Amino acid sequence: MAALAESFGRGAMTNHWIDLQNADVILICGSNAAENHPISFKWVTRAQERGAKLIHVDPRFTRTSTRADVYAPLRSGSDIAFYGGMIHYILKHNKFFVDYVRDYTNGALLVNEGFSFQDGLFSGYDEAKGKYDKSTWKFQLDENGIPRRDDTMQNPRCVLQLLRKHYARYTPDKVAAITGMSEKQLAEIYELYSSTGARDRTGTMLYAMGQTQHTVGVQNIRAMAMIQLLLGNVGMAGGGINALRGESNVQGSTDYGLLWETLPGYLGVPAASVTSLKAYNQKIAAPHLAGAKDPKSAAWVQNYPKYMVSFLKAMYPGVDPETGYGLLPKFDPDKNYTWLKMFDTMDDGTIQGFFSWGQNPACGGANANKTRRALSKLEWLINVNIFDNETASFWKGPGMDPKAVGTEVFMLPCSVSIEKEGSISNSGRWMQWRYKGPEPLQGTLPDGEIIVELARRIRKLAATGKYGPAEGILAFNLDGCCDEHGEFNAHATAKLINGYFLKDVTLDGKAYKAGELVPSFTMLQADGSTNSGNWLYCASYTEKGNMAARRDKTQTEMQAKIGLFPNWSWCWPVNRRILYNRASVDAKGMPFAPQKAVIAWNSATQKWDGDVPDGGWAPGTKHPFIMIPIGYGRLFGPGRADGPFPEYYEPLNCPVSGHPFSRILHNPTALSFKDEERVVCDSRYPFVCTTYRVTEHWQTGVMTRYTPWLLEAEPQIFCEMSVELAKLRGIENGDTVILENQMGTLWAKAIVTERIKPFTVMGAVIHEVGIPWHYGWVWPKDGGDSANLLTPSVGDPNTGIPESKAFMVNVRKA
Amino acid sequence: MSVQRRSFLKLSASAVAAAAFGGLGFSLKPSEAKAQLAALRKGKQTTSICCYCAVGCGLIVNTDEKTKKAINVEGDPDHPINEGALCAKGASIWQLAENDQRVTSPMYRAPHSTKWEKKSWDWMFDHIAERILKTRQQSWQAVDSKGRVVNRVETIASVGSAALDNEECWLYQGFLRSLGLIYIEHQARI
Repeated sequence: MAALAESFGRGAMTNHWIDLQNADVILICGSNAAENHPISFKWVTRAQERGAKLIHVDPRFTRTSTRADVYAPLRSGSDIAFYGGMIHYILKHNKFFVDYVRDYTNGALLVNEGFSFQDGLFSGYDEAKGKYDKSTWKFQLDENGIPRRDDTMQNPRCVLQLLRKHYARYTPDKVAAITGMSEKQLAEIYELYSSTGARDRTGTMLYAMGQTQHTVGVQNIRAMAMIQLLLGNVGMAGGGINALRGESNVQGSTDYGLLWETLPGYLGVPAASVTSLKAYNQKIAAPHLAGAKDPKSAAWVQNYPKYMVSFLKAMYPGVDPETGYGLLPKFDPDKNYTWLKMFDTMDDGTIQGFFSWGQNPACGGANANKTRRALSKLEWLINVNIFDNETASFWKGPGMDPKAVGTEVFMLPCSVSIEKEGSISNSGRWMQWRYKGPEPLQGTLPDGEIIVELARRIRKLAATGKYGPAEGILAFNLDGCCDEHGEFNAHATAKLINGYFLKDVTLDGKAYKAGELVPSFTMLQADGSTNSGNWLYCASYTEKGNMAARRDKTQTEMQAKIGLFPNWSWCWPVNRRILYNRASVDAKGMPFAPQKAVIAWNSATQKWDGDVPDGGWAPGTKHPFIMIPIGYGRLFGPGRADGPFPEYYEPLNCPVSGHPFSRILHNPTALSFKDEERVVCDSRYPFVCTTYRVTEHWQTGVMTRYTPWLLEAEPQIFCEMSVELAKLRGIENGDTVILENQMGTLWAKAIVTERIKPFTVMGAVIHEVGIPWHYGWVWPKDGGDSANLLTPSVGDPNTGIPESKAFMVNVRKA
Repeated sequence: MSVQRRSFLKLSASAVAAAAFGGLGFSLKPSEAKAQLAALRKGKQTTSICCYCAVGCGLIVNTDEKTKKAINVEGDPDHPINEGALCAKGASIWQLAENDQRVTSPMYRAPHSTKWEKKSWDWMFDHIAERILKTRQQSWQAVDSKGRVVNRVETIASVGSAALDNEECWLYQGFLRSLGLIYIEHQARI
């Protein structure tokens, strides 16, 4: 999501599920949509029925591959070579959409003379720190502070030319050598996919964790995003980058700030160095105000102070916003609080108390052995789940002596989703309401009620003054989430999230009374006269009702053509179904692809028809990527930790000692831990291993392993391997095998299959194996354990996501 | 899907007699049919959204009016994304709810103990609240080493939860931040 935010402005799937039907070409890479998002595949199939071509790139031949027009295997971890080769092809053969690149991306802007790239490193690399000084990754500015540009895009310092130069090295022979894909397949895919650079054709890219769980995870997605910008596929029906998110509400939980660095609505958690609300607001708005020197830049983020103040009023209703800001916890700007660091800090004994709420980190996180050990260092652990799991019962797990484990464990049983009411947000940003069906099972409670009751008891104790400072606890708006009986209420909370006017006001000639719900985030204020728990969801629950609960399928003919369903549920932001849709039209507001228009300027009404546009301004008056300071899609992305352009690096644990693109083997900024051994071209662990899911299980399996229907279908962990590798190791189909590496050991049942083939990488044969990660020792007893016992604690420098999709193992018969 | 059932999705208060799964699984011989029909349960239909992946498929949940337990969960044919279809996981949600392996009481494991003990919710809430506040008090940082106001606690961490509803997520983040937590992570990270 960090890559999508960098490229387009928002970290979310750009389009939505039904929209997949509008594509001319679909590239699925790093996802097995047919098995892991089976219903999404309905819309892929629908596109194929309309004549679309499907390309599937994956190390393993899956059910997605069976439906593909082109299937090409790629060695896990070599994606940037594949994408870099595609960028090279698009530029070399002039397949890009010239008007789009010039007008809607930063392709024509001139980059600072100080910026350079040499032998795998961008300018500003500090080897001692393992970090970049990004001060040269900037544009040249004119006397008005607006980036200089060359509309012919011939200037050697313009982004497009720098891009040409950067990817000139990514020739088909080199790409084939490192990925293991054949040059013939590369040419076929590149030609087919780049056909969507035509004005009225669109291609969409689908990805999942196969692209993100790498030390170059963000740059993998950046590469995809750049291709989509070059081909003019962003903002279009049947275009965009569609991130296939894995959990029913992982989009929502991210929107709601359950990551250390974000508050709800992607407002940043304040750093200790930002000592006042005023300073915080200035810091957010500054780059956007600078960008807004270009009159065509909407620079929407300059409005964030209104959203922050409204958030503070929702959190701490009884105090002024500045005081509320003071109450918010501030992070140490010299620290990183990401998942892997969190467990490292737990392992060293610093973290004493831990909530695991609806998650199973003992199986779900990389380096599960370390996670399980870290849990034993805690004083107390609170585990909230439907079933027992490997986190709750870690103290009696494999290799643990319960008598030696001092952690106090509290297990709280919660209700299942159909037993409670509230909304969730799907991958396509649709906020959908769920009603309560059955009563919560006797003995269980809905999560909301558990949180409210716990918070109430804490508040009561804290108010005694015996437990240190209580201001933040007492000021928090717990009552705002409850009904008149003091019980958790999803409607009350949804309204608070939408936001209220707190004073009588008149805006644009219309009067609003205090206590009225705010109709849209454009009306939120920075003076404390409105509240809103999450500005992105403002307009979801208004005086017109609960928008997420809508079940109206009416649509205009134009909307029906692309399956927009604007009156069914609700979608953020402001019910806009396809993000960046102002990039789907020319300067006159005419759609590039009239047969599947997303929006079109109606000269009679002087308004936009179709989807909710990314801002209602007249055509040609604003740049389309309104969340980026200048408003251009970013081909040159200066905000990431590891470079403005994706560059090829091997996984931190890899089967080769070099690659064809530079002398720098690994991402020089990757997150790693000094005491953890890495495996590079090591005969002890010669095989690449990757992890994946099966249709019948989900995530660590806690919500599927206990379900008899599903467990019967997929009862045990397995390891898929090629016929060639099985022969090499004397393994028969169905044998129990041992996988082992520097991180741990795991048994699995061998599946010897044609679905995986050995790769030829730089002239050598490289074998790859794959294992699902759904199993755990608690249940079923003979199901196996977590694949994460083998995954290393190394991660992407931007997000900290662990490299769980490419690591090294040995496989032998048990 | 009949017109009658479609009208139900408007969430009218009326109820249908629903033999929701298994189709017409009874004999047509009059006496036997009567006996089997007598066992049919009255159900209320509500809509929900699948709890597994993020496609967001629509569900129809049939709940027994007497026992308030789920009779069946099936795909919602009116839903524009899934058009009534569900994958194996979505189609098994009934069994997720009606599952005798669910934990039905708060459980406690004392330090160095070898077993779980059943406890009441009341006991759990009081003890957890006390643990949280004690740890928080011991390591509370009102200001950092440079004297800047930070109001944080770095010795308590949280993971989860993409399994919560949006409204619960908002409440949860507010609850954690009101305590001063910075270590807040969840599934989206990994």
